[in-house]
This record gives sequence, C-alpha cells and structure tokens, in this order.
Amino acid sequence: MAIMSFIFVFFFLSSLQPILSLYEDQVGLMDWHQQYIGKVKQAVFHTHKTGRKRVVASTEQNIIATLDLRRGEIFWRHVLGPNDVVDGIDIALGKYVITLSSGGSILRAWNLPDGQMVWESSLHGPKHSKSLLITTNLIIEKDNVLIVFSNGRLNAVSCIDGEVLWKRDFEEESLEVQQVIQPAGSGFIYVVGFAASSQFEMYKINAKNGELLKHESTVFSGRFSGEVSLVSSETVVALDSTGSILLTISFHNGKISSQQTPVSNLLEDSPGLAVIIHSSITGIFAIKTDAATIFIRVIGEGKLEVVEKTNHETVVSDALSISEGQQAFALVQHAGSNIHLTVKPAHNWDSNLLKERIKMDQQRGFVHKVFINNYIRTDRSHGFRALIVMEDHSLLLLQQGAIVWSREDGLASIIDVTTSELPVEKAGVSVAKVELNLFEWLKGHVLKLKGTLMLATPEDIAAIQYMRLKSSEKSKMTRDHNGFRKLLIALTRAGKLFALHTGDGRIVWSNLLQSLHKSESCRQPIGLNLYQWQVPHHHALDENPSVLVVGRCGPSSDALGVLSLVDSYTGKEFSSLCLVHSVAQVIPLPYTDSTEQRLHLLIDADKHAHLYPKTPEAIDIFQSEFSNVYWYSVDDDNGIIKGYALKTKCSGIVADEFCFDSRELWSIVLPSESEKIITTATRKLNEAVHTQAKLIADQEVMYKYISSNLLFVATVAPKASGEIGSVTPEESWLVVYLIDTVTGRVLHRMTHHGSQGPVQAVLSENWVVYHYFNLRAHRYEMSVIEIYDQSRADNKDVWKLVVGNHNLTSPVSSYSRAEVITKSQSYFFTHSLKAIAVTLTVKGITSKQLLIGTIGDQVLALDKRFLDPRRSVNPTQAEREEGIIPLTDSLPIIPQSYITHSLRVEGLQSIITVAAKLESTTLVFAHGLDLFFTHYAPSRTYDSLTEDFSYALLLITIVALVAAIFVTWILSQRKELQDRWR
Amino acid sequence: MAPIARLLLLALLSTALTISSGSGDGYTINGRVKIPQGLGTKGFALPGKTSNVKVILNGGQIVTYLRPDGYFSFQNIPAGTHLIEVAAIGYFFSPVRVDVSARNPGKVQAALTENRRGLSELVLEPLRDEQYYEIREPFSIMSVVKSPMGLMVGFMLVVVFLMPKLVENMDPEEMRRAQEEMRNQGVPSLASLLPGGGRN
Repeated sequence: MAIMSFIFVFFFLSSLQPILSLYEDQVGLMDWHQQYIGKVKQAVFHTHKTGRKRVVASTEQNIIATLDLRRGEIFWRHVLGPNDVVDGIDIALGKYVITLSSGGSILRAWNLPDGQMVWESSLHGPKHSKSLLITTNLIIEKDNVLIVFSNGRLNAVSCIDGEVLWKRDFEEESLEVQQVIQPAGSGFIYVVGFAASSQFEMYKINAKNGELLKHESTVFSGRFSGEVSLVSSETVVALDSTGSILLTISFHNGKISSQQTPVSNLLEDSPGLAVIIHSSITGIFAIKTDAATIFIRVIGEGKLEVVEKTNHETVVSDALSISEGQQAFALVQHAGSNIHLTVKPAHNWDSNLLKERIKMDQQRGFVHKVFINNYIRTDRSHGFRALIVMEDHSLLLLQQGAIVWSREDGLASIIDVTTSELPVEKAGVSVAKVELNLFEWLKGHVLKLKGTLMLATPEDIAAIQYMRLKSSEKSKMTRDHNGFRKLLIALTRAGKLFALHTGDGRIVWSNLLQSLHKSESCRQPIGLNLYQWQVPHHHALDENPSVLVVGRCGPSSDALGVLSLVDSYTGKEFSSLCLVHSVAQVIPLPYTDSTEQRLHLLIDADKHAHLYPKTPEAIDIFQSEFSNVYWYSVDDDNGIIKGYALKTKCSGIVADEFCFDSRELWSIVLPSESEKIITTATRKLNEAVHTQAKLIADQEVMYKYISSNLLFVATVAPKASGEIGSVTPEESWLVVYLIDTVTGRVLHRMTHHGSQGPVQAVLSENWVVYHYFNLRAHRYEMSVIEIYDQSRADNKDVWKLVVGNHNLTSPVSSYSRAEVITKSQSYFFTHSLKAIAVTLTVKGITSKQLLIGTIGDQVLALDKRFLDPRRSVNPTQAEREEGIIPLTDSLPIIPQSYITHSLRVEGLQSIITVAAKLESTTLVFAHGLDLFFTHYAPSRTYDSLTEDFSYALLLITIVALVAAIFVTWILSQRKELQDRWR
Repeated sequence: MAPIARLLLLALLSTALTISSGSGDGYTINGRVKIPQGLGTKGFALPGKTSNVKVILNGGQIVTYLRPDGYFSFQNIPAGTHLIEVAAIGYFFSPVRVDVSARNPGKVQAALTENRRGLSELVLEPLRDEQYYEIREPFSIMSVVKSPMGLMVGFMLVVVFLMPKLVENMDPEEMRRAQEEMRNQGVPSLASLLPGGGRN
C-alpha cells in the first residue's frame, strides 16, 4: 500500500514539474523555421573575387541581406527599425556593404563576409530632400570616398571609418536635386535639379574639397515633373508636367543647352500621359505610357529616335559595365507562360548579347524588377545572370536559360492565416510508400534505447537523429489521428495564397489570386482576411474544404469589396466576385447550410448587412436566427463603440433579398479629450471552455462569467498615445473596459494612472491579460482581470442541486444582467511585446499558457497560473494545494520555456494557435518575416506517449518478466517435487 | 557630424559621458554592450554573435546594431525618459532606463529596471546567460529506478524478498492456522494457476 501511494505521489510530482522545454537534439522534430527577406528593392552583386559569390539586397521590409548566389541561402541579414527605410545600398572597397537609410540620415557600413557593423554615421542637413548614394573611385588623402546627397546636403564620406570629409549645403528653398553625377575619372561632381519646378539648375563641384566651381541655370517655359533619366554623364532627359514634351538637357563643360521634343513627334498615335522609367543606360532611356513601353535613343545633339515600342509588360535593368567603355542592360518581357530575357549592349540596340526564353510559373505573375550581373565564360565571352523579382515578391536567379534557385519571399508579409484539414486516408490506399518491416522497426528502437542509456556512439547518434527528422509520418498528405497534420493557408500582401504543410513547412500549393489582381474595375486590390468557408465533416464529406478570401479595391474602407473562394486541397480559385458594396466587417455566423458552407455576414460602410452565400437555403436558415444576430463596431478616431442588430430587408432601389438594414442598439461615446482607443480584443470564436465552474480552496465553487460577447477595450490619454518617454506619468493614464457587445453594458472599468500604451491584450474564457508600460516604475507591466458570475454563486449547496432547486440550467443570456465580480492583479514584465496569444486545445481541459512574442523576436510560454488574481504573498495550505503560486512582483522568464528555443522569428507580427485533436497539444504558428511552427503541450503530453518513449525497454521488460515467471515456475515445481520426496 | 561622433566616442572612452547634445533638435545617447567572455559558451552551439545583437530604443522606435567594439549610439533623441533594450540570443539583458535631461546635457542618468541598480556609465552587461535547452542527464541507475518500469521491478523485488521475511517473523502457531484457512478456502497457488500446475 505504501508503495502504491509512493507511486501515485511520484506520478503526481512528475506531472507538476514546470519544465516543458526540449532537449537540443529534439530541435526540428516538432518545429520548423523558415527565413525570408521580403520584396527586394535593390540588389548588388559581389562576384569579382574568388570565393563565395554573393548578392546583397535591400528590401521593402527594411532588411539588408546577403544571399549565396549559388543556392539563394541567407548568409546574414539585418532587420532595421520600422522607420529606418533603406534608401540605397552599395558595396565599397569590395568588403563593406554601405547602406543609406532613414531618409538619408543614417549611413552604415557592414562587413560583407559576416555582417558585423563596421561604422555608423549620421548625416543631417538643412531640409528634406531626395537621398542618393554614389560610390566612387575618388581618393582623398588615401581615403576612398562615398558621395551622399541627403537632406539638402552633399557629403563626401570616407569609406574606412565613415568620417565626413567635406560637406556642402544646397539650401535654396525650392531646389529639388534630381541627380548627382560623378563622371568616372574626373575630379568633379555635377549636382543637377529643378528650382521652382521650371528652372534647371546645375552645380559643378570640386570633388576634392566640395568647392563650388560653377553654377548655371536656365528657365523653361513648362514645368518639370517626376524623374529625370541620365543618358550620359553630361546629359539628362526629363518630361514636362503635361507628360507630352521631352526635354533633353546637356551641360557639357558647364554650358546648359537643351532641346524640346514633343512625344507625339516620336510616336504616331497619341500615347497619353507618359512617365520616365528610372534607368541609367548610356544613350537610351525609356518612357512608359498606358499602353506601351517605348525605348528612345539619344543621338548626338538632343536628337531622339524611337528604337523599340513594346506592348508587353517590360522591365529594364540598370546598366552594367562589362568592359572598358561598354555597357549592357537587360530587358525582361512576358510572352504567355514564358519570359524572355534579353541582354543588349547599350550602344547597339539591334544586337543581343543574350536572348533566353525561360518557362515561368504563372502563379508568380509579372516581373517587377531585374538586376543583372556578368561573368566570363571559359571561352572568354560574357555570360549573364539575372536576378528577377516577381509580382508575388519571389526572388529568382536566372542563368543559362534556367531558374537556378527561387525564394518565396512573399511569405515575409503574411496578412492572415487559417488552417484546413487534410484529406482522410482512404482504406486500402497506403500512402507511405515503404512501410518499415519489423526488423527495421526493432533496430530503430534498439538504437533509440542505446541513445537514452547514453551508450550510443557518435555514428549511432547521427543515425538516430536522421531517422527522427526524416520520419515520413509527419509530412504525409493525409489527416492523422492526433490532428498534427494540417494545411496552414496564408494570404500574403502580394495577393498570393500559400498552403504550407504543418509537418515540414513545405509549400503544398500556391495561387496568385486573380481576384486580387490589378484590373480595370479594381485598381489597387488588397487582401484583408481569410475565413473558413466550408469545412466538410458530416454531410458533405466528399467535398473539398474551401476558404473565403476577402479583399478590397483600394485602401479606404468604403472601397468596393472582392470575394474569392479557394479550394483548400488544390488551391484552385473556383469562384470569385467583385461586390457592389464595401466591406467594413466580416462576421462568420455559427450556422452552416446542407453542404456545410458557413454563412457569413458582410457589413458595409453604410452599416448594411449582406448575407453570403447567396442561396435560398442560406436565407431560410438566416431568417430563423434573424433576431439573434448582433454585432458591434469600434470607431478608433472618434472613440465611439456601437452595437447593432438587424432590422429589415434593404429598402434600396434594387430589390436584394440578401441585404439587410441594421438598427443601432447602443453606443458608448468616450470623451475624446481624455481617452483614445488603442486596442480592442475579443474571444476567439472557436475557443472551447470545458467547465464554467472553478473549484477553489475549501470546496468552494466560483462560476466563470463566460460570454462570447465580451469585448476588451483599452484607451489612453491622447497625449500619451505617442512613444515612451514623450509624456510624464502625471499626464498619462490607461483605462480598460470590459463591455458586453449585445447590450452595451460596461461590465468592468479600471484606470491605471501613470501608464501608457502600446497595449497588447488577449481575452480567453473569463479572463483578459494585457501588457502596457508603467511610467512611474518605468517598467512594463502585465495585468490580469478575471470575471466571475455572482448570480450562480449560491448554487454550491449540494442539497439544492439534488432537489433541483438551482438555476444552472437557465439559459445564459446577455439580457439577464448577471451580477459579476472581477478580480485583478498586476505584475512587472521585463520585455516589450510584439504579440500575445493563448494556447488553444480542442476541449479546453488542458490548463492555459500565454504565448508572448517578445521584442527580441522570441516566443515565450508563460503559465496562466502566474497571472492569477488570487495569488498572495503567503498562500494558505489549501491554496497551495490548489496550485496557487506565492505572489512575486514580476513574472519569471525561464529560458527553457522559450518555445522558439534559440531561434528568432524576425519581425514577429502575430502568433496563431490551433487546437490539435489531441487534447494536450496545441499547434503554434508564429509569423513575421520568418515563419515558425511547433507543437506545444502546456501540461506536457499527458494523453500520449512522448516521442522518446522507449518501446524497446518495454519489450525487454515484458520478455524479462515472462522469462522470470517461467524460471520461478520451474524452480517452484522442482521444490515441490523435493518436498514430496521428503 | 561624423567628427563630432568620433569626438564623442573619444570622450566616451576617456570619461563616462554618455549623453551629449548633438546637432539639430535632439541629443545623442552613446553606450556600450559588453558581453563577458566565458559566459554563454557552455557547450551548446549558440554564443550570439555580436553582429546579431540589436539595441532597441523605446520598444522598437529605433533599432541599432553594435560596432565591433560593442559601442552603439542613438541620434536625435528628444529630452525625456527613455528605455533601452538589448536583444541578444543566449543572454538576458535588463532594460535600461535612460534620462536625457534638457537642462544639463551630459548628465548621466541610467538605471537597470530589473534590479533598480544605477549605472554610472552606459555599459550594458547581461544579467545572466540563457540556456534554451534541457541538458540530457547522463545515464544513471537512479533514472532507471525512477522510471515506471523500474518501479514495477522494484515492487516485484519487494514482494519477492520482503514478503517471505514478513512471513518468517510470524508466530508459527498463527502461521499454521492461516495456512489451514487458506487450504480450506482453496486459494490457488501460483503453481496451480500455471499450465500443468493443476496436477496436485
């Protein structure tokens, strides 16, 4: 008996151990991590030296990265701050990557091989202006010089240490500098620009000391617009503001001479408004009109000649000098499912250095950018490689007519994620091609046993690791028993939908949505959200699940909406429609029709509700639930929260039986001079709550107030809505509300004086946890509010329950005005937060943990028990038994509970939790620039054997036991025999 | 600007000056991150390279990186109270509260927020290193004994060796009575349960 109780105690203790972390050799078993850089803005090749060939890229996500030119892997990568937009990059001295960022005010040099920052200098100037970075071969006092024009100031900066050697201001108010030119081999710099948009200004500056050598200007009759194109070191081409006259301006030897050519002279048909495409090819420039891209050559003294007019989408690269005085550039054109890559020398349009046709996946869209680089082939001719950026933000390297590598960098900007189940494994169809035989299986387990007993040799360990990581089980394309295998469907900013397998993170399919593609009717389409449209599990098992993609034609909230339905298994877009109304809010309703299509209510900017799918069946279902539909809207700018219900069918001119008018039920107007809404949070729709009752010490019961209509709102003083450090504690406060969104009743209101945002909040079951900054203590804080239903609290009498004299079966309604009590507590937390989420399990039995995305781009798991308002400094014995942790002023950070272990999810944006079928486990997907996925068991995997469970040890034990039984049996028989002889 | 920065750097090296009024509208915060050698090199393949250490002002407003010597600087900072965080894989840094005073520029006011320790100069050192993985315990007899299978075996051993001892210590009279009772009730012995054991 004592032993039995000992065993129980032991199990009890082992289950209470807070350690949930993993061993180093378990990395990659449950988790995967993918790194991206985003849409490339500028790329510079580094291929001159022997050794590893690289390409340096800056992206729209403010990243500087160097990639391996052979395979496209990241060597190093730096994510700059959100306001630190990269203006230009280049390579200097063959070993430094130079970046100009933050509107031209920060110049940094990074060591090319390892990415270590070498120097940083800050450049200021008199006014805001274009930022230009030029590397030169100039040498001043043995220093190689960079020429930087930014903030209205021209700087010469030393490459070695970032010191500014000289500077010159261009302070004229109206001057807009367009180009800074340093003709190779000369000792001067041209600065050209427009003043008062009709005057051309040219400054010639001594490159050695910044002295002004010459200043010339000419007035033109028209006005300039947009960019200028540099066609030689002393000639620029500009367009006037009407887009119809081309100006060729040359400033040879400091003398400005110009020539005007109407665009209509060059082209027979009127081209409409033209714009100059940015390029820097000697002698040739390109203009783009609505219909075509036109390449124009400059011959001699300002004479222009059209060399080619292409109607396809054409992209042109910058010039690349391939040999002494020779330049080449690349053109990429689309032709059906192929792209044509042409490399031409700048001086001769008609000849081609290279012409290749490459088959391109239609799902990548058009080419947006092309960068070229050359190499010398073995026969001493020039070979070219081209790096192209596609419409879906992917990056591809083309060489010798083939795609060498491609990177799906669109995944760096995920907007929304949903999941989909995989197909059910059909009977008789074995998906795994090679089933392991018994011997192999046993061998594997013996190896594992050796591993656990620490008897394995290094080769054995390598074999074990390989076996575990390669397990075909986790990347099968069928549903599994534990619900670990799913498809993660992600919508990216480029309008592309990706399906990722949770097992290994591979892309199962991808689709550049046609409905989110630029068109006549929809000029600026943007994707908004993803919803599960159809999840067949009962009636329509033979149908594939599908997702609903909601988009909008333009950035404003009253732009027309776009809907698209995509099959989750194949990625085919089987239906798409452009709506005649806007989409302000999408409400997935808890009703499905006979084919398991979920009903969705789309609220437009005029507060009309539109029901989808538009079928008679849907309207029948909806009619019966008509009076139970409520929703709310939050107007951040005016501080108004309103609740709505449906009224009648729309009374528009066109009869639309799927459109409904709404009526306003309630509104909460916050005083705009003292409160500004910064964050709202609601419960997840699919969250399961196991029990409403919470047993506390002394056999007392507390009833959680569980309502799916709970809204958490945080407001701050308008003054304190800025950055930390901008206000004093006296003039800042944070007010939090808990609001019932059906009745508009404020269930709880609390003020934190001397605190400010940003606020990150998560609401689950009956509690909300939020994170904010406490200015008085100058630390971050996390608070928890738990809300309990007091009207059910008198149900703890057992006799009442037995007799049936209780109100537990009375329906939960927002209108019943339940008496609620709230408990709250605050704790210090060390880090800033980027995201916060809570674990989600299928039945809600497993205890919850918070998943905290810290400023260091890691995800920390924190037990909810640390955020329990009933914590006290000295908990009683009963409370201790209940699992209440003694109160501490700050929340602990246990390094082993970082679920991202030693990885970073750079640019972390959000953490998504999905329940697996196994109650103990939740699937966690964190995305930002990087993607990270793992399984996480908040209370360990109590309902299944862990992966490192040793079957071999079990087998051996059983065999040993059976053998022992037989031996003892034989022994006992022998003994009995002897006894009888006696 | 750069010569000024260089001067600042020199000043920083010689004295403990951390904040100075830069040109333009703001101030400059200069500091240094120092990662002691020997910390964080306990076997696992981490020690965060200094090239990946980020220094973050006010929860992400400005992000900067370290120079090879560990120095960093934030330019154009308005007067007020700021928070500097260091993000380095493998190390735990306390956020630092830095007061930039408009009245007397150059005055150092920095304190670790975790333990409220004031800093005389802005040199940030990790409070501790972070071990993200559990260390596998080397094979020990105790771990086997503690495992469920070990407990099973242990229990069996106890039954086999201790029970007879208990039986021996009993009074022979009582023992005989108990045996008789057993025989009368016909409690099957182990031998009778096994195949072929029913002969007697």
